[in-house]
Amino acid sequence: MIELKVNGKSHNLSADPDTPLLYVLRNDLQLNAAKFGCGLGQCGSCTVLVDGAPTLSCVTPIMLLEGRQITTVEGLGTPEDPGPMQRAFIEEQSAQCGYCIPGMMMRAQALLQRNPRATDAEIRAFLEPNLCRCGTHMRILRAVKRAASLMAGPGSTPSTQTPSAASTQIDASDADSDAQLDRRRPVHSEKRERPER
Amino acid sequence: MNKVLSRRISRRAVLRGTGALVLSFSLAPRAWSQAAEGAAAGGSSKLPGSLGKNPSLDAWIRVDANGRVTAFTGKVELGQGIKTALLQVVAEELEVPFDQVSLVTADTSRTIDEGYTAGSHSVQDSGTALRNAAAQVREILIAEAARRLKMPGDKLHADAGAVIGPNEARITYAELVSTNLLHVEAQPVSRLKDPGFFKVMDKPVQRVDIPAKVTGAAAYVQDMRLPGMLHARVVRPPSYRAKLLQLDVSNIEKMTGVVQVIRDGNFLAVVAYREFQSIKAMQALSRAAKWQEQAALPQPARLHEYLLGLPTQDQVILDKHDPAGQAAKTLEATYTRPYISHGSVGPSCAVAHLTEGVMTIWTHTQGVYPDRQAIAEMLGLPKEKVRCIHVEGSGCYGHNGADDAAADAAVIANALPDRPVRLQWMREQEHGWEPYGPAMVAKARASLDSAGRIVDWDYGVWSNTHSMRPGPAGSLLAAQHMEKSFPVPEPRPIPQPEGGGDRNAIPLYTLPSARVTSHFLRDMPVRISALRSLGGQMNVFAIESFMDELALAAGSDPVAFRLSHLDDPRARDVVAAAADEFHWSARPAPAGGHGYGFAFARYKNLAAYCAVAMQVRVDHETGRTRVLRVTAAVDTGQVINPDGVRNQIEGAILQSLSWSLFESVSFDTTRITSVDWATYPILRFGSVPETLTVRIIDRPGTPFLGCGEAGQGPASAALANAVANATGKRVRDLPLNAVRVKAIIGV
Amino acid sequence: MKTFVTRHLVIRLLWILGVLVVGFMVYAWRSSIPPIESPAADSFDTGSVQRGAQLAALGDCATCHTAPGGETFAGGRPVVTPFGTIYSTNITPDPGTGIGHWSQAAFQRAMREGVDREGDHLYPAFPYDHFTLVNDTDSAALYAFVMTRQPVQARTPENHLPFPLNMRLLVAGWKLLFFKKGPYEQDAEHDAEWNSGAYLANGIGHCGACHTPRNSFGAEIVAQHFGGGEAEGWHAYAINADSKSFETWNAEDLHMFLSKGWHDRHGDAHGPMAPVSQNLAAVPDADVKAIASYVASVMGKRDQPSGKSTASDTPSNDTGAAIYAVSCASCHDGTRPLPFGGVKLMLSTAVTGESATNLINVVLDGLHPPEGTAGAIMPGFSSTLTDGQLESLVAYVRSNLGAQPPWTGVETSVREARSRERD
Repeated sequence: MIELKVNGKSHNLSADPDTPLLYVLRNDLQLNAAKFGCGLGQCGSCTVLVDGAPTLSCVTPIMLLEGRQITTVEGLGTPEDPGPMQRAFIEEQSAQCGYCIPGMMMRAQALLQRNPRATDAEIRAFLEPNLCRCGTHMRILRAVKRAASLMAGPGSTPSTQTPSAASTQIDASDADSDAQLDRRRPVHSEKRERPER
Repeated sequence: MNKVLSRRISRRAVLRGTGALVLSFSLAPRAWSQAAEGAAAGGSSKLPGSLGKNPSLDAWIRVDANGRVTAFTGKVELGQGIKTALLQVVAEELEVPFDQVSLVTADTSRTIDEGYTAGSHSVQDSGTALRNAAAQVREILIAEAARRLKMPGDKLHADAGAVIGPNEARITYAELVSTNLLHVEAQPVSRLKDPGFFKVMDKPVQRVDIPAKVTGAAAYVQDMRLPGMLHARVVRPPSYRAKLLQLDVSNIEKMTGVVQVIRDGNFLAVVAYREFQSIKAMQALSRAAKWQEQAALPQPARLHEYLLGLPTQDQVILDKHDPAGQAAKTLEATYTRPYISHGSVGPSCAVAHLTEGVMTIWTHTQGVYPDRQAIAEMLGLPKEKVRCIHVEGSGCYGHNGADDAAADAAVIANALPDRPVRLQWMREQEHGWEPYGPAMVAKARASLDSAGRIVDWDYGVWSNTHSMRPGPAGSLLAAQHMEKSFPVPEPRPIPQPEGGGDRNAIPLYTLPSARVTSHFLRDMPVRISALRSLGGQMNVFAIESFMDELALAAGSDPVAFRLSHLDDPRARDVVAAAADEFHWSARPAPAGGHGYGFAFARYKNLAAYCAVAMQVRVDHETGRTRVLRVTAAVDTGQVINPDGVRNQIEGAILQSLSWSLFESVSFDTTRITSVDWATYPILRFGSVPETLTVRIIDRPGTPFLGCGEAGQGPASAALANAVANATGKRVRDLPLNAVRVKAIIGV
Repeated sequence: MKTFVTRHLVIRLLWILGVLVVGFMVYAWRSSIPPIESPAADSFDTGSVQRGAQLAALGDCATCHTAPGGETFAGGRPVVTPFGTIYSTNITPDPGTGIGHWSQAAFQRAMREGVDREGDHLYPAFPYDHFTLVNDTDSAALYAFVMTRQPVQARTPENHLPFPLNMRLLVAGWKLLFFKKGPYEQDAEHDAEWNSGAYLANGIGHCGACHTPRNSFGAEIVAQHFGGGEAEGWHAYAINADSKSFETWNAEDLHMFLSKGWHDRHGDAHGPMAPVSQNLAAVPDADVKAIASYVASVMGKRDQPSGKSTASDTPSNDTGAAIYAVSCASCHDGTRPLPFGGVKLMLSTAVTGESATNLINVVLDGLHPPEGTAGAIMPGFSSTLTDGQLESLVAYVRSNLGAQPPWTGVETSVREARSRERD
């Protein structure tokens, strides 16, 4: 039996000690977020935190993790009460298929925990080990910046108005909640053209 | 322009039926005006979108006794946001709050057969069908309310799930519905809402699937857990034609947790109780298997020469000879692209369960009906005894391993009745066995007159088919590998106007004299099938690179040159918008490795219009290209979710940059050798552009145009054009990797 | 009497000292070579520029003269030495911040004598103790190459050197003791290929700058040429007769390793060696062959693999064995061949060699090829392994796989490697 501390709770597991953490999280603990992407440590889809450090759970056998604190996306918040990183990704609509996103979130979480004011360049460099095949990179970067400002607390400047986000005026308010929708008349910004016909 | 669309319609006018908007969406470019004419003539028999596949309204929309609406679609969520978009469509036309609608996606037992979720058809086909069905259901509910209230229908309107009338009359949909109320045939013409009154369509509604995906709720087929579920892995041969010579499974059967080893001809699989046990058993099984291989792949260094040497079935798809000016200058160029991998981040997975004589398979296939058909044929079961239910996988970008994983799971579950089996492909299997986007060659030749206008044009493209989807059982790996194997189906070209290898081979430009030939290659040494945009990416890469070469020869600005050959006003608008957003005319001359490129295409000449402008910087010492600034403009007809459109175009551009900068499937004469991310590197954050903006040209009231694939071709070509501008040298062979670019720019 | 003699002695010593100081100043002083107009790029012969490009690749110039994320050849990369940090200079032909005003004579003097255009001595972090061997033709080719690069405006940061090391004049003293001016002289006892290899390896290739141990003045110990050294937190193995590789390196092995960056019986090039082999892809094969043949001859022949311990010497190490079995064996004992599979660790000098540093570095950081290029990806285990687990693993790999006597100071090496970690 191996005891693991995951998202603040202790679990006694009967899995073999050489089992990579990823399968234990998914199968023994029914935690869906960390994903199988390659099993080779090449893509980052399986990223979790071990004592706050980003770790590839697909190549980490559980026997090495006794006494360590493991954090997964499920430890960042719930569907009913999402944490700042999760809110940021929802508000920026930062996903296409979404498969790589939990790995991105955990990697970013590790960065922001140690460097809350990470610059754009630092975020890009830090996310290098994580692959996204759908091409959601621009949104992922915006979401991480947004998460940083959400984590910094109220009164900090919202980071949605980054230059790369300002494709049209719609963008900035696009990320706001649906509450706006019913009251919104189809007022198109000058960049959404409705040519004369 | 169709006058009906341009007339300002008041809401009351619509409801009074005096200003019925007549819109019928189908594939042919001028069909909407034809349908309008047909309607005026008293009704066309053609139903809009996919309604023709099942004209009964309750096959599409149901309202239950609580007023909750369920919509049904034969399309599936691939991560492109279609679930949300279709919900928006239904909520809008049916006048119900967005959160009161749920959507059932492709399931062979519950939904219509809409073929594959592919080809950017989903909003055009399913969206159109659901929009019209929802509108007609609304009218039926209003009519029922009118009957009960004994009032003329034109005094009533629908809002927020109820029918409202004068003197505070209000009947909810829940109160109105009855059995079979919606079991009526759809009409060819619907009263569609004026876009001026949209509450939820054409709005950036947040995607319904994202919250689950960022909080660890179950969202993918990989997350499925059924009671008693076993874990399975296949062992694939080391190469396409390998034959299993010898295998001693006794040691593997004895491994801890192993339930069964399955061998059927060259098909090998192992099942265990726990996932890691199944992986270890798979590794042991792989070591124990001895194969005889055949060197049947072309020489990689001479791939394109090889393709050009294959026998072809030629089809001239454009042949026009209008009078034109005198040719003053003639240019010729040959372009190539390698095999490109889908490279889905999540290797394919399926869960299968044979119980009470029915095989149920949960799969992320793009086409549950065709996959079901193929699997039924493979297993020798009647189709009714096989059910395929779509559950999301990771992005597939076309025909990846999903259908095969479903077949593998079915074969295994067939050997273990009453026990659910989860079959997960490994990374190397997804990379090694998925059907790639075909390698292609294109040759272009054109002449300019002395005024710099194109006077003749000759274009030829060499390609395999771009679809080997099921269908026939033989399209499935398991069926090819089993003892009683099924033959690989005969490949066929996909006819125009959609096209396969010749998709987008006909430029949208006005060319007085033009001949376009599709050289269909039947021989497929490497396994291929549909990859996002099919031949579109290559043909647009080639044509738009060539347009740039012609513009240079004509001494013209690349954008001005295109506009001078482009008559379609929507195309012109998109080109102008991208150039404007980019500040194209203010761009400096290329210097210090910086370069600027532009490209345009209308996907399939039928779907969305997209133009891309790009600024890059090429490092002279390494040949490495950094993409700095990208601007795209897209016209996708009536927009359902602008954020969804933007997401798709951004994604297409980034994916296409990855293809175009880095990617090519590698192989030797026997085996595929690019089997993981080390051997098939793709774009990472270090290569992401500094800025990427997408401008949407809104066309409310016009037919939906699919945009999911519209960005691939223009992005490739804009990149190639920017690199040529930066370096003064033209690379015509994808990928434009550092080695190739450095070689052409020299010291 | 004594006082008189002492005073006389003191005066005489002072005179001698004075003469020595003046003599030293005379020796140390170098004239400024007048600046020239930046030569036009097309004034250089293409063949010369191309040969210069190859020599620059052999010399790995871009690696040192490019800051992380900076423009190529624009300098600004910090070179950490035991004496302080020195920044590489901008060698683009920018007139203001680069060498745009340097004549060919000035360039050659820098290479041959370690003196810049204005007459200041260069710190031997710029390995002119090797570049001095470069002959005049090659020097001219290198000049043609650098002067045809893209000029970049980038001011070189100030060096961080404590007094008195920040006084460049003192470097002349260093040169007096340790610097032997070139160019290379043919060794008649060896053939043309050997000489070509020696010329390239010891000259522009400056292999000894990493692979030779240094004395406390930071100068290479000539008598221990190729006896092993340190570079940027990595150990550069002994590549002479003291080589601890499991299998002997012959010229073919070295040729493959240098040109491809890997060899299935030896391993991969990592750390500072990775860019070396990446650059050698741009170099004519004959040059790489020559270097390989020279180095092979320096290594000499060995009849059997170096020192295998007997089984009874091998300590039992259950923790290390367990960690290896679960974390490493799937790749390193797998069937996938190099360059994408893991090397059999007993073959790697990272295991059999004289230092634990490289093994520790790779286990902690993994291997990451440049973006967009195919190359082995190994995950790092820095967040997975505690220091204790890492030490057990290292001991297991060294003793049980490498069959070597244990390294000393592994704890210290682990601590130092951790302090260098970025993630």
